[in-house]
Formats: sequence, structure tokens, C-alpha cells
Amino acid sequence: MWRLVMERGFVDGRDAMSAGIETPVKPAGEAGHWGADIRSDVHVRIEPCERGGIEVDLESRVKPYYGESIRRQSEEVLEALGVKHARVAIHDEGALPFVIAARIEAAARRAGLGEGTRVLPDRFPLPEPSARDRMRRSRLYVPGSEPKYFINAGLHGADAIILDLEDSVHLNEKDAARLLVRNALRAVDFLACERMVRINQLPLGLEDLEEIVPESPDLILIPKVESASQVIEASQKIAEIKANYGITRAIWLMPILESALGIERAYEIATAAREIAALTIGLEDYTADLGVAKTAGGAESLFARQRMVNAAHAAGVQAIDSVFGDVGDVEALRAWALNSRAMGFEGMGCVHPVQIAVIHQAFAPTAAEIEKAQKIVGAYHEAERKGLGVVSLGSKMIDAPVVQRALKLMARAQAMGLVH
Amino acid sequence: MAILEKTELVLNAAGRMVPEMANGRPQIPYLGVGKYKPGGNKAAPPIRTAADYPETGDKRVADLETALRKCGLRDGMVISSHHHLRDGDRVALMALEAAARIGVKDLMWFPSASFPSQKGAIELMASGVIEHIEGSMNGPLGDYCTQGKMRGMGVLRSHGGRWQAIQDGEVHIDIAVIAAPTADFFGNCDGSHGKSACGSLGFALADSIYADHVIAVTDNLVPFPCIPWQIQGNNVDYVVTVDSIGDPARIVSGTTQITRSPDRLRIAELVALFLRDAGIMRNGFSFQAGAGGIALAFVSYLKRMMKDAGVKARFVRGGSTKYLVELLEEGLTDYILDGQTFDLSGVQSMANNPRHVATSPFTSYNYHGKGNFASLVDAVVLGATEVDENFNANVVTHSDGRLLHGIGGWQNCLAAGCTILAVPSFRDRIPVIVDQVTTLCGPGELIDVVVTERGIAINPRRQDLMDAVKGSKLPIRPLQEIKSEVERICGGKPQQLKRGDRPVAVVKWVDGTVLDSVWQVV
Repeated sequence: MWRLVMERGFVDGRDAMSAGIETPVKPAGEAGHWGADIRSDVHVRIEPCERGGIEVDLESRVKPYYGESIRRQSEEVLEALGVKHARVAIHDEGALPFVIAARIEAAARRAGLGEGTRVLPDRFPLPEPSARDRMRRSRLYVPGSEPKYFINAGLHGADAIILDLEDSVHLNEKDAARLLVRNALRAVDFLACERMVRINQLPLGLEDLEEIVPESPDLILIPKVESASQVIEASQKIAEIKANYGITRAIWLMPILESALGIERAYEIATAAREIAALTIGLEDYTADLGVAKTAGGAESLFARQRMVNAAHAAGVQAIDSVFGDVGDVEALRAWALNSRAMGFEGMGCVHPVQIAVIHQAFAPTAAEIEKAQKIVGAYHEAERKGLGVVSLGSKMIDAPVVQRALKLMARAQAMGLVH
Repeated sequence: MAILEKTELVLNAAGRMVPEMANGRPQIPYLGVGKYKPGGNKAAPPIRTAADYPETGDKRVADLETALRKCGLRDGMVISSHHHLRDGDRVALMALEAAARIGVKDLMWFPSASFPSQKGAIELMASGVIEHIEGSMNGPLGDYCTQGKMRGMGVLRSHGGRWQAIQDGEVHIDIAVIAAPTADFFGNCDGSHGKSACGSLGFALADSIYADHVIAVTDNLVPFPCIPWQIQGNNVDYVVTVDSIGDPARIVSGTTQITRSPDRLRIAELVALFLRDAGIMRNGFSFQAGAGGIALAFVSYLKRMMKDAGVKARFVRGGSTKYLVELLEEGLTDYILDGQTFDLSGVQSMANNPRHVATSPFTSYNYHGKGNFASLVDAVVLGATEVDENFNANVVTHSDGRLLHGIGGWQNCLAAGCTILAVPSFRDRIPVIVDQVTTLCGPGELIDVVVTERGIAINPRRQDLMDAVKGSKLPIRPLQEIKSEVERICGGKPQQLKRGDRPVAVVKWVDGTVLDSVWQVV
């Protein structure tokens, strides 16, 4: 079930280091969480020893059901990591196997063991690669250190899931979250959702890419981008890893502009790499940069959002709006999303699944828009059939861009299941 | 320390091993739905004469101990209590502790349900005052029972089954102790007013009618008459006033909150969508849902769909909460027929709105009657701890065999037109859809739909429902398929648990036959 990958060859200095030493050779490593309030996670403590083999002490709320399975899995993972002598304490709160594996690996690495090896869960068949211009109305953020949200994230019907390694993950958890997200990309079925990962700000984000890219995410969000060179750096790193692993499918990029400088350089950033599919904006950081409060009306960020929309369209990529943080206020979200669409955004972020339906509704063309577009498209096909160069509807001549907009709107309406 | 009687086990019609005797009474193994035909007459208390009661109507006595002595309390009697005060109740333990002071032994406590705050009953069992409990047990009491420490056999009944058992004479209540949020000196009792108001007192009604002796205990004595008289003073022997019958904060919750769990919200929304798309949500329909997180969210989703479609219900069944009260107040239902009241809005509504009606297990659930309301309800949304591929379900035990919930009205509600189990497909890695349920509480032939976050499974027996949702966008899937998917996610089927070979409790079916055994946990 577990695949052992030796990345750079197996580096093991332990035998030399441990010779003649009585006490544990390295400090213990810990990873994960446990406690009455924790669900679907596990805490693992690995104390490297000199001899005595592997000793596993297991506590689990699912012990009567999966105790043997957890023991077996721990032994397999430790063996794959090359850990031969250690005291291992596992406090399990009903973690799924891909989480247990990631936590053991993180604890082992923190104990200085298993360097250069990856223990990967079985891969769920990869979905079809995503298209550059696919529908991206909603993207649901899932904190990368909260495995309880992973398994059902795809059920809520968002266009995309973002496994987040940046702001929702504490600085001390970055290494462990990276492994969790990596395993989730392999083992979790995200259904029809586009699989996105938000890496950390560079240079830390480059380390994230090492673990993430081999699992073929569909899109990488790069946070706090302020220059084209940052995008290029990430893009080159991705290309390098893809080449190493023989990955040919596309991994799109979505730079996040979160500062006044980033906004000023929006077009330059949007055109920095061929893989860029969309630009988005982070309003918390942007308003902080300006030293102003973020308001429900959003007047303080109007310029930045318009500027970004314009730059994105100029560069031929999608413009995607920020998240709306107040989960309780559905009406304010609806108003924000309707305004977003009117401004030229194609989607926005979600921090809770209840926001998805509201956003999809707001970004859907209205019945009146569809009706109008249908007439225009009908007139266009009619003109085509008759071999006419000019499209007209009644007494009115229809310009080519109007036809293009109507065609695009109809395609979207179709993708959203609003017309057949 | 506990010594259960030796009893033979027999295989019942559901394929479950059940004891032939429980607490010295012969038992009838479950025969199948609607198969057991009762005979004979109902039980009845002795005839009384007004000559023996004060002409002034004043039945007050100094305290509970006095009242119990006057009722002739002695060893081995059955003392009953109701659970409308939920986890806030003080009266049941007060009565049992008074009995302990009197010095009696071997009582059977017969609550309509027990709550964790009543764990003091464990000491009374250990000291021999209580011999055993017949009624729901969970938390510490549940553990005490499933660890095999209780001397007698636990008997778990549905709310309707409890009425049936009293009415049919299977359980004879010697002394009923009724906690009354409001009462007069004659013994008329009302639950919907007073500082300890809890709404309905329906669970105490059978006790008041069939018990040999009835004691009303109140912390809000009003001059005669106490209106409404949910319990009639004509059935009451003694009235006791105390400072407090319960902790108001734990009787009803101040506010009931809808879950914010994305998975539970999804389940709730799918249930509502199912009712809509299957055409069950139509003018004049009826439904029942409990007060759990999924049920509350379901009501709020359904409410929006009812508004959008311009549909009104004729009645909804409580457990009432503010969400049902809103339906009533916004004209989306004509009536709430309420068995118990879960929050302050429910209590206030029942006190003030004549269309919010208190019901009892007799009207709602009793299977040995001339019908009951449960089978008139179009759709009911229930929870479960486990369900198998044949839609058989468990609601009382955890998969490890420990008692977790009472049956409540759950079994009775299976009679509804469309019975829906709204359950997550796994909890903490433990699959909810299993090969075989730990304890059988509901026969699969009565369970029509299982709604999980991963899809909706319709019982193949309900081709009509399958047809009704054909062409809808609902994620309809075979239960087996959801089960396999979850087993893959969880890393295989769970290990088979070893269970004890001694039954510590029985689960009764609505007709008083024995549906399954709860086994000692090893």
C-alpha cells in the first residue's frame, strides 16, 4: 500500500553517529495534534533509539476498530523511512490513513530520521487536467494543517479546492502541513473540483513546490507577488520538478496581488509566465498595506480591484476576486459577489462551503441576459447560414464584440447548467 | 457483584438472539412487523373513593419522604419519573434518595428517559436501593449497565413502547413521581408555565393514569385551578412543594443553534431537497424532525424551499424548537403537535399559541391503540448510530456496544410515510454503514431512505420513491456503493469486535416483543 521513494539516495549518518552512545542519539520528533477537541488528526512522537527495534505505544479513539490497522501501517511507514530503532507514541483521534502516514513522516523528519525519503499513499486516479480558462467561480480554502476538512471538501460543489499552506498554517507547522497536503493530493478524491494549492511566499514556497508539484496539482497560487521575477522563479522551479518527474500535464499559476506595489505591477505580473491562468487579489493584506480599514462596501479597494481586472483582461487571463470573510452574512456576500461580477471578475474565494451556492448564483448570468444573448447568437448563426457579413437583430446591427460576448455568456450559462 | 438471572436465549424473527426471561417476566421474541396480536384487557389502577381524599381538594403533604411513606413504599416497588426536565431534572433523584432514607431496597426505577446528571442512581444501585432501571440509559448509567454491573436486566423501550408496556400491564407502576413546573393543591399539573417550565408533560400522562399512587412535585404552586391541566389532579394522591424541581438552564436550551459543520449542513440540505424533489413537500403535508444539529438545519432549508414553492404544511410534529415555532408563526404550518419542548421559544409558544398543541405518547406513538399519529406523518427525519445494507438500523448503542442513546420516539416514527435516516457516512473513521448493526432497533423494511454527505440511498422496497426522484439532480446511489466508498476512505472494514455472551439489556419493539439484546461489553 505504501510506496517508498528515495529522492536523492538514502543518506544515513546514524550508524556512525550512534556508535558508542548510550542515550538516544537524536532528540524526539513530534507532529500532529490530539485531545478531546481534535478530530481526524493524530499526534506522533518518535524517539530515536540505539537498539531495541520499533516500539509502538498506541492510543486511539478508534482502537477497537482500526488499532491493528494503525499498528501495521505505522510499522510499514517507519520501515519505509528507514527507522529501525525508536520508541513511537501515537495518540490517534480517528485520523484517516493518509493523515497518519503524513504525521509519522513529519515526526520522523523532525527527529532527523528518514531524510530524503517519501512514503506515499496509494494514488487515487488523477482527474483530467484542467483547462486554462475553466470556470473558476468559487474556490474553497481548506487549511493545510486541518486534515478533518480534507476528505469531504470536494462534496460541496465548489469549482476549486485550495489546500492552503500559507496564512492558515502556523509557521511551526509549515513542514508538516506540506506533507499532509501532498498526501491529500494523492489519496483524496476531490471529485470535479480543480485541485489548487496555495504555497508560501517565496522563498519558503519553493520548498513547498518540492513536495507538491510531483503530485500534479492543477494550479498553484503564489501569494504576495510584487514582481514578475517572483512568478518566473516559481514557474522555473515547477518546470524543473516536472521535468524530473516526467510530468507533462499543465500546472497553472494564479499570482495573488496583496500590496500597493503588486497592484501597480499587475500587468507585468500577469504576463510573466505562460502558465498564468488567472490573477487574484488579497484584500486583507492590501488594505493593511494601505493602512486603511476593510469595509463592507469596499471603496478603499475599488481602484486596486479595477486595476487588477483591467490588467488581467489585457493579459488574457481571468480576474478572480478576494474572499469574503463574514460567513454569517449571506446577504452582504451576495451583494459583494454581484458587484464583483459587474466589475469583470469571474469568481471569488470561499472560507466556508455555505458561501459556494451564493457565489455561484451571483456569478450566473441572469435570465434576461441569457435571453438576450440567445437572440444575438441566433441572429449570428442565421447570418452565417445566409452567408451575410453583417449580423442584425430586428432593425439593429450587432457588432462583432457583442456577438463574442453573447457567445461567451452562452458558453458559461451552458457550463453552469442554465441552458441546454 | 452483579448476578443476572440465568435465561435461555432464542432466535427471533429478525435473526437476533434474545432472552426468554427478563427480570422474572417471560418475554415474547420479536415476530416481525405487525405480526404479534395482543389479547386481553388493559391494566388499571385500583378504584378509589373521594371519601378518602380531602374535600377541600388540598392534597399537600410536608415533603417527598412523607408522600412516599403515605403511598406505602416498600421493597421491590416500581417508581417512575418523566424526563421533560431533561438534564436539569432534580425530582427523580430526590425521590429515589428519599426512598433510600426510608430504607427500602430493590426498587425498579422506571424513567421515561434518564440523563447524565442522574448518574447518582449508580450509587443507589450499588447500595441496593435500586435493583435495576427500565428506561433509556446513556453516559455513566449506560456504561454501568453495559459493563454488567446492574443486577437486573435493562429494558429499553420507545416512548410509545413505554405507554404500551404500562397500558398492557407489562410494567406496573407502584408510585409515579411527577415533576410539575406548575401545579395546584389538587394535583392538576402544567408544564408550560413556571420558572422551571418545560412545555409538554406528555411523558408523565400514562404514569398518572395507570400508577397505583401518584405524587406531584412542584416549585410553582398556584391557586386552584391550574390551567391548562396537562395532568389531571383526579389521578394524583399527594402534592409536594419544593424550592426547585430543576435547573432551568439545563431543562431547555436558551437558544438552539444550527450546526455550522459543512458536512452536516450538506446532509440537511440533501434531506430537504429530497422531500421537495420526491414531491413529499406539497400543500397540506406533514413532517417530524428532532432537535439535533442536522434536524434543525433541515428545517431551515425546508422552510426556504416551502416559501419558494408557496407550500404550507398542515401540521409538524415536535420536539419543538424555535425553528418549528417560526414555521407556525409565519403561517407555514397550521399546527405544531408537540411531544416535548427543546428550547425557550418552544415553551413560550406552547404557553401562548393555541395552535401549538401538547401531545402524549398515547396520541402520538402507542402501537396498542386504535392507530396513532406517527403513521399519519408524511416524512420523518431521524438519526442513527449504524445502518446495514438492508437498511436495518441501530440508535441505542455505539459500534463498541456501549449504550449511547435511548430509543425515544425513534422506533415509533418509523411508521411515517417516508422514514429518512440523516447520518454522516462515517464518524471518526468509523463507518456508519456496516455489515451488521451492533444492536437492531429498527427493521430495514420500515426505513426508506438513508441520506449521507456522500449521497442518498433509497430502499429498493420503495420503488415509488425511486420513480419520484427520477430525473432530479439528487445524488441517488445504492447504499452498497456508499458503503464501499467509505470503506476505501477509512482504510478497509473495521475489525470485528468481541462482544460479551451475556445480555445486559433488551431492546423492545413497539409491540412489546424483544427485538434485540444489548450485550455485556468485555
